[in-house]
Parts: sequence; structure tokens; C-alpha cells
Amino acid sequence: MSRVVVNVPATARRGEVIEIRTLAGHDMETGFRRTQLGELVPRNIITKLLCTYNGVEIFSADLHPAVAANPLIAFTTVATESGTLQFRWIGDNGYSATQTASITVV
Amino acid sequence: MSRETRALQDDEATGPAVLWLLDGEALWKRNCVGCHGNMKTDMKGVAARYPKFDGKRLMNLEQQINLCRVERQKEPAFAYESRDLLSLTVFIGRQSRGMPIDISESKPHLDAGRATFFRRQGQLHLSCSQCHDERSGKSLVGNLIPQAHPTGYPIYRLEWQNLGSLQRRLRNCMIGVRAEPYAYGSQEFVELEYYLMWRAQGMKLETPAVRP
Repeated sequence: MSRVVVNVPATARRGEVIEIRTLAGHDMETGFRRTQLGELVPRNIITKLLCTYNGVEIFSADLHPAVAANPLIAFTTVATESGTLQFRWIGDNGYSATQTASITVV
Repeated sequence: MSRETRALQDDEATGPAVLWLLDGEALWKRNCVGCHGNMKTDMKGVAARYPKFDGKRLMNLEQQINLCRVERQKEPAFAYESRDLLSLTVFIGRQSRGMPIDISESKPHLDAGRATFFRRQGQLHLSCSQCHDERSGKSLVGNLIPQAHPTGYPIYRLEWQNLGSLQRRLRNCMIGVRAEPYAYGSQEFVELEYYLMWRAQGMKLETPAVRP
């Protein structure tokens, strides 16, 4: 279950501030919960989100156990040139997901 | 419902239920297009008519999906509350978003559902009606008591951090009054669902809804 969704405006004016919204499907198991038998459920969370704009890193975030399941992360950037935005999520147990979105700047 | 919760529900592109909608669409394309060609037109308004009495038995949307799977596709039924069943249900429900609930009346089932709604049960000896009719709008340990109109199921509930069916929500209430919950898919549950949907007749379906 590594479904990820990003929402980037398809077109923007040069210099415009654009909002980027990302959603990742993940349980975000904190590692503090126990089963009914008292065993600790091992931690399983997304630890990092990285976003690059034409190869240049523009945003990154570290995620921690207190973040809810299916984290929605929204941030803004300035539309400078046409190209692609690449998103990468990294997490526990080898979790990794990537998604790209293209933007046309006029 | 707070403004933030409402914003999540109205967010078509990155609302939490999108994760299930995309899964549901994939399942639909793999299994259902053969008979129900165009989901945008064929499934419009369908979810607003369930639970439905088809002359033989009363069925909710989940049971209708499983009936289709077992009888026509010769595939094993999806487990109740499984990700596959929730995804398909929410995807079909989404096609009726904004349409008024339109339940056809079947008296014996409606009466059975109504009787359950007004029956006191559990250790706390409470009926659904005592909270959701008589005390709706007041608060229960800080939470607003709603009028029990199931207009947005399956819902993404922030407390669950997951998508869940109406029956999961009903189990929640029953455990709350310390009653033994009915089994998933049982006749009693479907009749109660049926009565609740009939009670919400005319209200707009908002599937997939987001609730605290």
C-alpha cells in the first residue's frame, strides 16, 4: 500500500506563488502501541519527504511518530520555470515512494 | 463539523478518501466495466437508493457488490470492512455525491429497523433515539451529538485514521452503550441502516465524508 497523490497546478505565471499538496497513504504506526497481548507493535512510519524542482531541492520535511496516518503535507514555492517536480517519500522497513508532476510556466 | 474537517471533505484532489477512491477505480476497471460500462452514468444515483429491498431480501451496497461478485463473477466475496470492499463501495458512492437520498419503502424491514432504533439496549440501557433524537445538538464528553443521518458513508473518520462503513460506526455506538454489537452484515444491522437512510430521505449524499 504505497499510494501517493500530489496536486500541483498545471500552469502558473512566472514568479507566482503556487501551493503544492501531497498525500501519502501510510499507517504511520507510532511504535508506542501494544497489542491485546501486551506486545509492542513495531514502529513503521514515513520519516522523510523530499521535493525537487528541475533537480533542485526546494522542500524537505522530517516526519515523526506523532504524525497521523495518511499524512497530508502542503507547502508553497515560486514558479520559476517549466519543468517537473519530483516527490520522494522514505520510511521505515524500506518504504519508498516517488511521484512526479509537470508544470508549465508562462 | 469544524471548518478544518469540512475543508478536508471538500478537497477533491488530496482529501484522505482519495486513496480509497483510486483503489476503487482500479478495481472497477478490472472487474466491473464488462457489465456496467460507464461508471459516471451507470452508477449515478445508485448509492442514494441503498439499502434496497429487491423483492426477496434487503441489501446494503456492500452486500449488493458481494452478490454481484459471487453470483455473476463467480469470485469469492470480499470480507466485510476489507480494503477492497470499502474502496469499491466508496467509489460507487462517490458517483452519487450531491444527489438526494431516495429510499423505497418496504414496511416490514422499515418497522424492524425503527424498532431497533427505539429499543433500549446494553448495560447503560439506552436507545439510539434517546441520544440522537432527544439529545441531538447537546454534547457527549465534549463531542456534539449528531442527528444520526448517515449521509456520507463510507466515511474517513479522523478517530479511526481510516475509512469505515456505517456498520463499523454503529458498532461504535453499541459498544458505547455496552451492548453486544450485531455481526457485520447481519439482518439487524442492515435493517437499522435502512431505517436511518429512510430517516435521512431527501438529504444530499456526501460520500466520501470526513468526520472527527
